[in-house]
Amino acid sequence: MAATLDINGKPVTVQAAPETPLLWVLRDELGLTGTKYGCGIAQCGACTVHANGTAIRSCQAPIGSLAGVKITTIEGLEGRHPVQAAWVKLDVPQCGYCQSGQIMSATALLAKTPKPSDGDIDAAMSGNICRCGAYQRIRAAIKDAAGVVAA
Amino acid sequence: MNAPFKALAKLRPSRREMIVVSAAAAGGALLVGCSPADILSIGADNKHFGPFGPFLRIDADGTVTVVSKHIEFGQGSHASLAAMVAEELDADWDKLKVAQAGANAKVYANLDQGAQGTGGSSAIHNSWDQLRKVGAATRAMFVTAAADRWKVHANEISVANGVVAHPSGQSATFADLVANAAKVKPPGSPKLKDPKAYTLIGTNRVRRKDSLAKATGTARFTQDVHLPNMLTAMVAHSPRFGGKVKSFDADAAKKIPGVVDVFKIPSGVAVTAQNTFAARQGRDALKVEWDDDKAETRGSDAILAAYHDLASGKTAATDKLKWQPFDSHGVGVAPGAGKVVEVAYDFPFLAHAPMEPMNCVAEIGGGKNKLTSGSQIPTLDQLNTGMIVGALPGSVEIETLFAGGSFGRRANFQSDYAAECVHIAKHVGGGRPVKLVWTREDDMTGGYYRPMVHHAVRVTLGADGYPAHWRHRIVSQSVMKGSPMPSKGVDESAVEGVSGSPYLKATPVVDAQAILPDSPIPVLWWRSVGATHTAFVMEHTIDQLARAAGKDPIDYRRALYTKAGADRHLVALSLALEKAGLNPAPGYTRGVAAHESFGSVVVQIAEVKLDGGVPKVGRVVTAIDCGTAISPDQVAAQMEGGTCFGLSAALFGQITLKDGVVDQKNFDAYRVLRMNEAPHVETYIVPSGAHPSGVGEPGTPVIAPAVANAILAITGKPTTSLPFVKA
Ligand code: FES
Ligand code: FES
Repeated sequence: MAATLDINGKPVTVQAAPETPLLWVLRDELGLTGTKYGCGIAQCGACTVHANGTAIRSCQAPIGSLAGVKITTIEGLEGRHPVQAAWVKLDVPQCGYCQSGQIMSATALLAKTPKPSDGDIDAAMSGNICRCGAYQRIRAAIKDAAGVVAA
Repeated sequence: MNAPFKALAKLRPSRREMIVVSAAAAGGALLVGCSPADILSIGADNKHFGPFGPFLRIDADGTVTVVSKHIEFGQGSHASLAAMVAEELDADWDKLKVAQAGANAKVYANLDQGAQGTGGSSAIHNSWDQLRKVGAATRAMFVTAAADRWKVHANEISVANGVVAHPSGQSATFADLVANAAKVKPPGSPKLKDPKAYTLIGTNRVRRKDSLAKATGTARFTQDVHLPNMLTAMVAHSPRFGGKVKSFDADAAKKIPGVVDVFKIPSGVAVTAQNTFAARQGRDALKVEWDDDKAETRGSDAILAAYHDLASGKTAATDKLKWQPFDSHGVGVAPGAGKVVEVAYDFPFLAHAPMEPMNCVAEIGGGKNKLTSGSQIPTLDQLNTGMIVGALPGSVEIETLFAGGSFGRRANFQSDYAAECVHIAKHVGGGRPVKLVWTREDDMTGGYYRPMVHHAVRVTLGADGYPAHWRHRIVSQSVMKGSPMPSKGVDESAVEGVSGSPYLKATPVVDAQAILPDSPIPVLWWRSVGATHTAFVMEHTIDQLARAAGKDPIDYRRALYTKAGADRHLVALSLALEKAGLNPAPGYTRGVAAHESFGSVVVQIAEVKLDGGVPKVGRVVTAIDCGTAISPDQVAAQMEGGTCFGLSAALFGQITLKDGVVDQKNFDAYRVLRMNEAPHVETYIVPSGAHPSGVGEPGTPVIAPAVANAILAITGKPTTSLPFVKA
C-alpha cells in the first residue's frame, strides 16, 4: 500500500500499510534513524517528532492518520537549531540514545513558550526518559537556548 | 572493590572452550604457556596498525585520531582517553578525533582485566599509563624528526597544539613532519610530563567529542544499522526463566507480509523479516508451547520468603548451600557492651533498562564471522561467537558502535543476546546480515537482573556508643557463579562494600557471612554492583546506630573513619559539608551518606522533603575523590547521571515475578525517574594527583542511603526495603 507523507518539508511516498507506526516508516523505509525506538507504547519519548509543530510520539502514530500533516524529525532541524547548539555547549548527551527525542520535545516547547519556567520544562519534558539521567543538563540547555538565566 | 570485573583478569576459558579453541588453532595440539589474552586473540589480524601503534593514527594532513579500546556508552571515557594521549603529544585538542577500536583480546586488553572489555569503572584507571606513554612516545618521534631536519638539539624543541617549534623561529606542523616522524624508532620508555605542566588534563577543555553527533541524530547505534539484504529478527522467549520450547505453530506468523522465516534456536523461536514492524507482527502471531520442567516457577515473594528463612536459620544450610564467612575478626563481645540494634533489609530484582534495548547485527558464513554491536566485552563476545560457529575467537570481527546505555547489562558471560543473533545468522547463513531487535518488553523481561538481596544486621554497641560487635548476614544469588572466572571463596560482588567497610574495620568483633542460593533467574552486575545494596545497608545502619548512641551521625562517622584510618572518607566528608553550607533549603531535611567503590570515595548530602509520603529530592551536594580528574566536567556529568540512576531505583525500581513470570514489561510498570523528579546535583572534586579511579559507577549507590537517612531524620523511622515508593 502506498502512502504519501510530508517529512521535513518534502513529500515522500512509502509502501506501507496504514496501521504502520510512523516510527518504523521513518527508520526502516526512509533511513531517518535519528528518531529512536525506546518503548513502543508512548512512555519514553525517544521517538518524538513534530506533527504540525507539536511534539508527538511516532511509535503510536499510524501513518494512515498523518495525511496532510507536516512531520519534522531531528534530521529536519539540520543541526541549526539553537537548542542543538546549547546541547553541544553544555555536553548534555551521555549515551545519547534519548537525545533526539529530548531535543524534539525541547524545540516544540520553545516554539510555543519561548521563555519557559521550571514548571513549563517539567510539563513538556517529563514524557522523555533519559536513563543516563542527563536531566539537569537538559534543563540547563533549554534555559541556555531560551536565554533565561538558570535558577 | 570492583571485584567482579577484576576477576576478568583470571579469565580462563573452560575445558570445553579450551578444547574447541585449541583444536581449531593447532589441529588438536594443546596450547601451553599462553595467557588467556594470547589464546583468545588467536586468529586476530595484528598487521594493520600504523607507525604510531594501535592507539593512534596521524594522517598525512596532520589529523590526529586516538583509537579507543573502550566502548563509549555514556560515561565520556572516549574524551578522557583521548585527552591522555593529547596531553603528552601536545596535539591540538580541538581538532583531535576519536575512533573506536575493533576487537583484539591482546592488543586492546583492559590492563586491569587481561582481556578486552569495559566495566568496573576501569576504562580510565587501566589506560592512564598506557595512553600517556603513547602520546609521549609519539611526541618524541616528532621532535626527533624535526631535530634531524633542522639540525638542532632535540631538547631545544617545543611542541604545542600540534605545532613543533625551535627558538630559532623554525616551526612545522604535524602534517609537515608526519612522514619523517613515522620512520623514527619509538623510544622504549618515553618521559611523561610533570602533572604541573598539564595544559589539558584536569581542565574544563576536556569535553565530549560526540555531543554534536548525539544532538543531531547522526551518532550510529546498533539499532540504526541497515545493511544491504539485511533481515530483521525477533525471538519469542519463554515467559519463565529456564523454560524451553515444547512446540510451536508458525502458520499465522508466516502469513504476515514481510515475514521471511520462522525457526527454533536454543533461546526460543526466531522470526526473520524484511523490517522491524513485520518481525514484531510475526512474533506476536506465533503460537508457542513451553516446557517449564526446569523453569523458575516461584514468585518473587516466595523467593524472598526463602531468603528470610535462610537468614533466620529456619532453613538450615546444607553441604551444597553453605554460609560463607567473608569477614570475621575478633572474638566474643567487647566488655561493657550495651544497646543492640537489629535491622533487616530487602532489595528487589532490578532491570538495567538502558534506553536502547538489546540488539546485535551478525553476519555469519560465506567466509565471514562479524558482529556489529555495542559490545561491552568484545573478548567474551568473540569467544561465545567462536564457540557457536566453530571459529577461532580472535578471528571473529567486531565493529563496536555507540551503545544506548548498558549499566552492566551488555557484559555477561553468555553474551546472551549476541549469541542469540549469531544462532539466527548462522541459520540464515551465507554471511547475510541479520539484525536482532529486542523490544522493550523483551529487554525488561529478559533477566540478567541485579539480584534480589536480603541483609540481616545485628550490632551491639560498646559503652562508648560505637559498634563493639557486628553480625552481618547476606542472602543473594551469585553473579559470578557459572562464569568462566569463578571466584575462590565467597562471591565478592555480593558482599563488597560490607567487606572492606571502614565501619567493620573500626569494630572489634565482626562476624559477617553470606549464603548464595541458585535460581534459573539470570542475575548480573548493575551499575555499582554490590554497592547497590551494601552502601545502603552500611550507611543507613550507621545513622540508626548514631541515633541509638545519641550521637550526631556526622560526628559518629568521623569517629569511625578516624578509628579505621579512612582518611579519604574524612577529607571528602569535610569537603561536602563545607560546600553544603549551614542550612538546607526551606522545608527540606538533610541526609548524609558516604561510600567507596571502584577506588573512589563519594560523599553526598541530600536535601529531602516528603510530599504525601513520597520523597522529593532537591539539592544534592556531592564530593568525590577519584584521584586525578582528567575531565572535571565529565566527572560532574557522571555524578549527576549516576545519582539519577541510583535515585530512580531507590524511588521506584523493582522487578517482581508471579509464578515465575515477570510483572513489569515496559516503562508503564517499571517506573523510572523523570525530569520532574530529578535532583540538582552539585559536584566537588577532592584535589588529588593520585592514579585516576572510577567515576561511572561510584555516583550511583550513595543517594539511596542519603535519602533514607533524611527520612529517618524527618520521621524517626528506618527504611527497611526498597523501593521507597511501592507500586
Ligand atoms: S518509543 Fe515512542 S514513546 Fe517510547
Ligand atoms: S543520554 Fe542516555 S538515555 Fe539519555
